[in-house]
Amino acid sequence: MKAKIHVYLKPGVLDPQGAAVAGALHNMGYDEVTDARQGKLIELDLAGEDVDQARARVDEMCRKLLSNPVIESYSIELE
Amino acid sequence: MKSAVIVFPGSNCDRDAHDAIEKVTGHAPAMVWHQQSELPEGTEFVMIPGGFSYGDYLRCGAMASRSAIMPAIVAHAATGAPVLGVCNGFQILTESGLLPGALMRNAGLKFVCEKAKLKVENANTRFTSRYEGGAELVVPIAHHDGNYFADETTLDRIEGEGQVVFRYGNNPNGSARDIAGITNEQGNVLGLMPHPERAVDEKHGGTDGLKLFESLLGSA
Repeated sequence: MKAKIHVYLKPGVLDPQGAAVAGALHNMGYDEVTDARQGKLIELDLAGEDVDQARARVDEMCRKLLSNPVIESYSIELE
Repeated sequence: MKSAVIVFPGSNCDRDAHDAIEKVTGHAPAMVWHQQSELPEGTEFVMIPGGFSYGDYLRCGAMASRSAIMPAIVAHAATGAPVLGVCNGFQILTESGLLPGALMRNAGLKFVCEKAKLKVENANTRFTSRYEGGAELVVPIAHHDGNYFADETTLDRIEGEGQVVFRYGNNPNGSARDIAGITNEQGNVLGLMPHPERAVDEKHGGTDGLKLFESLLGSA
């Protein structure tokens, strides 16, 4: 089983890297970009078959290490 | 006072911390490797030094804050004993939940390495009692992720409780409300981005950090 975890900054948290990306895209002529936010994608390979258990364990990993709840949110995809 | 400096893979200010503590106390601190699960017996003051623990991977301080020694430090802090985190040490303290908020990428996206002007916002702490309230200091900074963030409610609360101890004169990194250093609610855990241990000897170019260590020693 594979878990894909998206970690992204919460709304309202300033994202200087995202702002720099948006600025660079504007400089390249992509005027339709109104905002950019930069996050992380973390992929985990997991042993075991139990999807519910895997989701619960990965959720715990997100809370304990992979995200910082002060500034970040996350979403989990299992496949 | 018996002191310990915690050493992580990638710490690079551990020897500066060691020398500053030895200069002020006359005793060399124990250097404690992060995989130990206990502090040396009788440890009073714990310092988490600056550096780039675990290469700053994932988030600065994230991996270090989950290492074997951290439960002992959290328990030690809960007894009211002094804990100081500088730079990466500050990041580790916020990641471990000992201090509120988080340290994000500098607003200018660049690593800043300069002498920072600081104001002592609260001289009524065990870390700052030898300073005058409102004193202006010059202390080196060297970081890429020192942009202090907390939600408005938290910021209002820590301001109200006197937990904002140092503020920048010239905000170098985008920190909310120019915050450079904060304590926990009990006042025994201090985190700051500037490096007081690099300003304790005339050969450093300044000694404005010395009184921080002297304040601590005096409160022992």
